[in-house]
Amino acid sequence: MEMPVPDASVLSRKAQIVERLSDVLPPHAVISDERETHAYECDALTAYKCPPLCAVLPANTKEVSDVLRICHEMGVPVVPRGSGTSLAGGALPTADCVILGVAKMNGVIETNYDDRYIRVQSGRTNLSVTGAVETDGFFYAPDPSSQLACAIAGNIAMNSGGAHCLKYGVTTNNLMGVTMVLMDGTIVEIGGAHLDAGGLDILGVICGSEGQLGVVTEATLRILHKPEGARPVLMGYDNSEVAGQVVTDIIKAGVLPVAIEFMDRPCIEATEAFAKAGYPMCEALLIVEVEGSEAEIDAQLKLIMEIASKHNPVELREAKDADEAGRIWLGRKSAFGAMGQINDYMCLDGTIPVSSLPFVLKRIGEMSKDFGLDVGNVFHAGDGNMHPLILFDANKPGDLELCEEFGAEILKLCVEVGGCLTGEHGVGIEKRDLMNVQYDPADLEAQMAIKDIFDPAWLLNAAKVFPLATSQARRAA
Amino acid sequence: MTPKTEAELAQMITGANGPLRIRGGGTRPIGQCTGDALDTSALSGISLYEPGALTIVAGAGTPISEIEQTLAAENQRLAFEPMDHRALLSTQGAPTLGGMAAANISGPRRISVGACRDFMLGVRFVDGQGNIIKNGGRVMKNVTGYDLVKLMAGSYGTLGVLTEVALKVLPDVETTGTLRLHGLTDRQAVQALSAALGSPFEATAAAHLPNGPDGEPVTMLRIEGFETSVKYRAGKLQELLKGYGDVAVTLGDGSEWAAVRDVTAFADQPGNVWRISAKPSDAPELVRRIEANAVQYDWGGGLIWALADEGRDLRAALGDFDGHATLIRGTADVPTFQPEIPALAAITTGLRAKFDPRGILNSGIMS
Repeated sequence: MEMPVPDASVLSRKAQIVERLSDVLPPHAVISDERETHAYECDALTAYKCPPLCAVLPANTKEVSDVLRICHEMGVPVVPRGSGTSLAGGALPTADCVILGVAKMNGVIETNYDDRYIRVQSGRTNLSVTGAVETDGFFYAPDPSSQLACAIAGNIAMNSGGAHCLKYGVTTNNLMGVTMVLMDGTIVEIGGAHLDAGGLDILGVICGSEGQLGVVTEATLRILHKPEGARPVLMGYDNSEVAGQVVTDIIKAGVLPVAIEFMDRPCIEATEAFAKAGYPMCEALLIVEVEGSEAEIDAQLKLIMEIASKHNPVELREAKDADEAGRIWLGRKSAFGAMGQINDYMCLDGTIPVSSLPFVLKRIGEMSKDFGLDVGNVFHAGDGNMHPLILFDANKPGDLELCEEFGAEILKLCVEVGGCLTGEHGVGIEKRDLMNVQYDPADLEAQMAIKDIFDPAWLLNAAKVFPLATSQARRAA
Repeated sequence: MTPKTEAELAQMITGANGPLRIRGGGTRPIGQCTGDALDTSALSGISLYEPGALTIVAGAGTPISEIEQTLAAENQRLAFEPMDHRALLSTQGAPTLGGMAAANISGPRRISVGACRDFMLGVRFVDGQGNIIKNGGRVMKNVTGYDLVKLMAGSYGTLGVLTEVALKVLPDVETTGTLRLHGLTDRQAVQALSAALGSPFEATAAAHLPNGPDGEPVTMLRIEGFETSVKYRAGKLQELLKGYGDVAVTLGDGSEWAAVRDVTAFADQPGNVWRISAKPSDAPELVRRIEANAVQYDWGGGLIWALADEGRDLRAALGDFDGHATLIRGTADVPTFQPEIPALAAITTGLRAKFDPRGILNSGIMS
């Protein structure tokens, strides 16, 4: 993966840059020793590494503003970092950048149950947002798989989703306001405890802008009361086309499950070997979860089971208690770990129209043979978000490149059938050079024009999202 | 001008030598706008509808009624419940998809499922220089590049002219239950609505009419779903709210909510109409400050509709608050939209200059 050549004039001024940053931050908040900057050399896309010039860990909005103002004045690139869990390389440094980590800013500022929001500092982890309100019966809905570690700042940057967004939406649908610092140090308040924008929906553009428009330091998030209960049902089919039809039929019947998860045979086999969840060996497994009171769950599951039965399942299992529910989810939740036990893998994130599922799975199977690399598919079936896991051997020369080539072909297929390159992980560096597949030059120009307004010098996370050749003129200016 | 294709629209905008006034169905005029009328009604028609994928795609000029009928045939609906402005604004014509999207029009269900912008999956539009631009797509989860879909939602045609919109739709419901409490003060009402919205029983609308149909205060909640579920939750909410008085429950098709959605109570009354988005618990105090001729609360207090004398500047009375006020009907010597703080205004100005450097699209509506 190509990255821009570091700016020699920045590298040569390291001492001055560190000195000025040290003037506005406490001693331990500036990390410039090469033995320590290695901790920030990559995110969860570990195939790519590059230690930054230095890293800073500000404790509040004022300090973030000071850091950005100084970097702006000195022409130093900045890469914001939440918890470093990006699978797309969203927080990958360049050698000439300052990593701005928000991890120290993890407090709760305000909790308001009457108006159903929580205001937090952006370094707070996703799960600990729910943690702050769950004893009172509330939760924060977006639930990315990395929720134990990932920060709200990163969730906002990537507009993160999760398994339950069919009902609750993704980050952008649950974000009410932010405090954001622009690259020149200006602090902006956008949105708040009210709904919708009074003018242009700037908040909507910031969410999902991958840390390229500003650094979010505080966020107001919508919280909801937890449902009375939830219960999953597991179904197995010997044909993925039939499983796809079951999903469609459930949705058409007017039931809106909170989650519909799909796994194919390679994934089922791997997770069984690893987690022993008791899954049936079949071509397609579905986990469908509904919420509500006992009676409501019974009524919804009755309808879902009727639909499922009509399509001759090889297995149909309703969780009778919390223990069984846990076991139904166990395999799905350990799928990535299980695949990792077998091999190195690359996790893709394309979205397709649900109706294209059988065709896409068939094509992925064919391509798997052509490339000679195995693939397992985990899929948020209700919303079409696929996670093909391509297995490869990182120690085998050329295997990573082959895997990336295969991944690119799968993502092109997603676009071809009417879907997109990334459903919840973001573009980062990983899908950057595929953006031309989904967008025409005018589409990309319109997006880059937005960055021009927020960050005219293109200092903020500039080597991401857009193909390097496309953003070259702006980054060099 | 009535372009028949997106390409023709692009040519018209490129060739325009003066301001253009973009018109969908013409049912939601807002602010002051001059210029040649640019009518999107010929960019019409549903190009894709997949009930199993909860997705519909149509041209911007497509009447909302056509979309709603198509969805109803498959037992689905636009969950954000777009308001129909015709009664309130005394307009004729057919509201269009493009107009709805450009104004981010939602209804009472916005409090539970989200706004129009939350259901917009993709857009195609022509910017002020005639560039044809697409963003988003037709799938529910899409974080590929910046989200210009949200930016276009509620931009009132000032950044570009929408030509196509893709929407997420949801299943329609079997039964609607409406709960009513009578005689509450504004403050009690907002507290009761907050209690219901903060419960696990999924109210999908929460309104308070200080002057209900018979002149007395009525507080309303809506619950929807399968009949057994609606009955169960209605019972739970009656129990939860018993401290506020007797809760009457009616089951039916929910048609009583159309009047709340469309604010028909103000339709035949003189005066300006303001729409105020606020933090719900602030709402009773804000209403006290503005001394309006009549008000209606929606979204559990988060949306205040206020009827006020012509010429009055309600923003002066509101003072500094968490939210914004828009002048929906009538004129006053004040901006139609809430002025932004300087740092945000600079961004907005910059965005307009990028997308419409000549300032010809619905010029002056939002500024």
